[in-house]
Amino acid sequence: MSASTPRVAVVKFASCDGCQLTLLDCEDELLGIAGAVDIVHFLEAGGPVLSGPYDLAIVEGSITTAHDAARIRELREQAKVLVSIGACATAGGIQALRNAADVQEYASVVYAHPEYLRTLATSTPISSHVVVDVELRGCPVDKGQLLHVISAYLLGRPPRLDSSPVCVECKRRGTTCVLVAHGTPCLGPVTHGGCGALCPAFDRGCFGCFGPADTVNAGALVGRLRHDVSPGTVTRLFHTFATDAPGFREVHALEEVDP
Amino acid sequence: MTSQTLAEIDRVVLPAAGLDDLFDSLHAEGYPVLGPTVRDGAIVIGPITSSDDLPRGWGDEQDAGVYRLVRRDDDAYFGFAAPAGTWKRHLFPAHSILWRARVVRGAPVIEENEDHPGRRALVGIRGCDLAAVAVQDRVLLHGAHPDPVYSARRADLLLVGVACGTPASTCFCTSMGTGPSVGGGADIAMTELDAEDPARHRFLLEARTDAGRAVVARVSARTATAADDDAADAVVRRAGSRITRTVDNAGLPEALRAGAEHPRWDDVAERCLSCGSCTMVCPTCFCTDVRDEPNVLAGTDDRVRVWASCFELGHSYLHGGSVRPSPSARYRQWATHKFSTWWDQFGTSGCVGCGRCIAWCPVGIDVTEEIRAVAAGPTQEQGVADGRHDDG
Repeated sequence: MSASTPRVAVVKFASCDGCQLTLLDCEDELLGIAGAVDIVHFLEAGGPVLSGPYDLAIVEGSITTAHDAARIRELREQAKVLVSIGACATAGGIQALRNAADVQEYASVVYAHPEYLRTLATSTPISSHVVVDVELRGCPVDKGQLLHVISAYLLGRPPRLDSSPVCVECKRRGTTCVLVAHGTPCLGPVTHGGCGALCPAFDRGCFGCFGPADTVNAGALVGRLRHDVSPGTVTRLFHTFATDAPGFREVHALEEVDP
Repeated sequence: MTSQTLAEIDRVVLPAAGLDDLFDSLHAEGYPVLGPTVRDGAIVIGPITSSDDLPRGWGDEQDAGVYRLVRRDDDAYFGFAAPAGTWKRHLFPAHSILWRARVVRGAPVIEENEDHPGRRALVGIRGCDLAAVAVQDRVLLHGAHPDPVYSARRADLLLVGVACGTPASTCFCTSMGTGPSVGGGADIAMTELDAEDPARHRFLLEARTDAGRAVVARVSARTATAADDDAADAVVRRAGSRITRTVDNAGLPEALRAGAEHPRWDDVAERCLSCGSCTMVCPTCFCTDVRDEPNVLAGTDDRVRVWASCFELGHSYLHGGSVRPSPSARYRQWATHKFSTWWDQFGTSGCVGCGRCIAWCPVGIDVTEEIRAVAAGPTQEQGVADGRHDDG
């Protein structure tokens, strides 16, 4: 590798590794990427684990421990450009369910010896701890968006990430609306696009993994969804992979005032 | 062609059992066919190779925020209202590569999109959607800068309209003067007759252009009689009488302009999801976003155009922020463009009354109700419109 080849680190925090797998899933493009950059840290790929500084850090996962809170600050100091990828890194992930609950109680139910755990009371996105240059949403991230960000980085220009809601992407794709035509509960009207409206194309409702759209009118959608499913089901729909994202997290409160 | 006169060719009757004759004729004249077909629990527009692909025996129920595909109790081929999909995507694609740049021997080379689909027939297009093609023609074809992507797809199109006998509760074509009959622009106008009686189930075909005549001349059909014409008139009359939604266009553009500060815009914004579905299913909406899609590994850069919506925050983004930051301002922009400022810009209404925006709105907002409320004038809370233009 020449001195000018960008040094890239792929680093994970609290997460399932699925977004890193999206990078590995870029089968056709991976050799090209590997040729254009110097991947110096990528545990998931069984690659090297070299220390910084890095030109580009691709970060998966949320911050759930004091150790990780310190680790992300160190990584930020070592990285010229930091891209956070996935619902965990950008919204706290499904593990952010603890943010509206008592983490000690959760731990006591799940673990035989919760006293061995040292965890924070919250699961928070990377951007709550350090400055993030680009956020890629989704559970997992979209392969096309990931390649676009890497392409833009290599060209030295800002990435252009669509902010259309899922409904717009669905209609562009030519998918028939599963909510209107089938009565399938769908978060598409309040969810940020980027996935190309993947789930409705396979006759499933959007489960909101890209988190809130630019404009979220959750109250209006909750009212609509209750035509088809119970209030409890509507609440659970909003509380999966972007549960603590502003716009989705308030749905608890909506349910409480309007049972 | 035999000894038939032109007038005889112009109005003929084809038995429903012989409908494939029409498709054979279209294919013989070199037209691949797009038309209505059942897919994913809805009637959408797709490739049609024979009458088997048509939604025979299928209908729909449409209401605000609801669409359901339903079985009919007859074998009608065109027994439904506005299809879920629009014909628009076949003329004005949701995603087009305008040009591609690549570096050849150190210098950038631009390859323009020269994709010409050639002859195509749109079979089964309703009066409302035919009017929508005319609206888009005015915007994309007849302006100072014809759109090359649209022009290429529009050029060799054969339009085979079918009179609508089955409007939905969401329809208001009669208010907009676009249906239920097949208006101007069609090469062939069809009316489906007596679908409930297999012995009499037939189509009246009216060739209106030379291209249409060339197709109709190939069909084995008998000359239409006065009884056929009467039956066709009855189909349209009956359909018109079943349309319940209305828009009063008299003075509407002015009334909407005067109602820029009407509290109804805030009221609808409470219900509106800003999801953009209304604009995406609208057969006349033409807004797009243009972006570059670099592929550094392939060494190419595509200049891409995609459908966009005025309900997106980014749509009105200028230096420093969005011009229309509130959902209220965005709903007002869309509704007033359709029913008011479209007249100033293009000399027609931007709405054809197909009702798709009502049916496909996830929360069932009915634009005809919203504009009626605004056009009715000031409410007690508001007093007289004060002429402010605050988008917030």
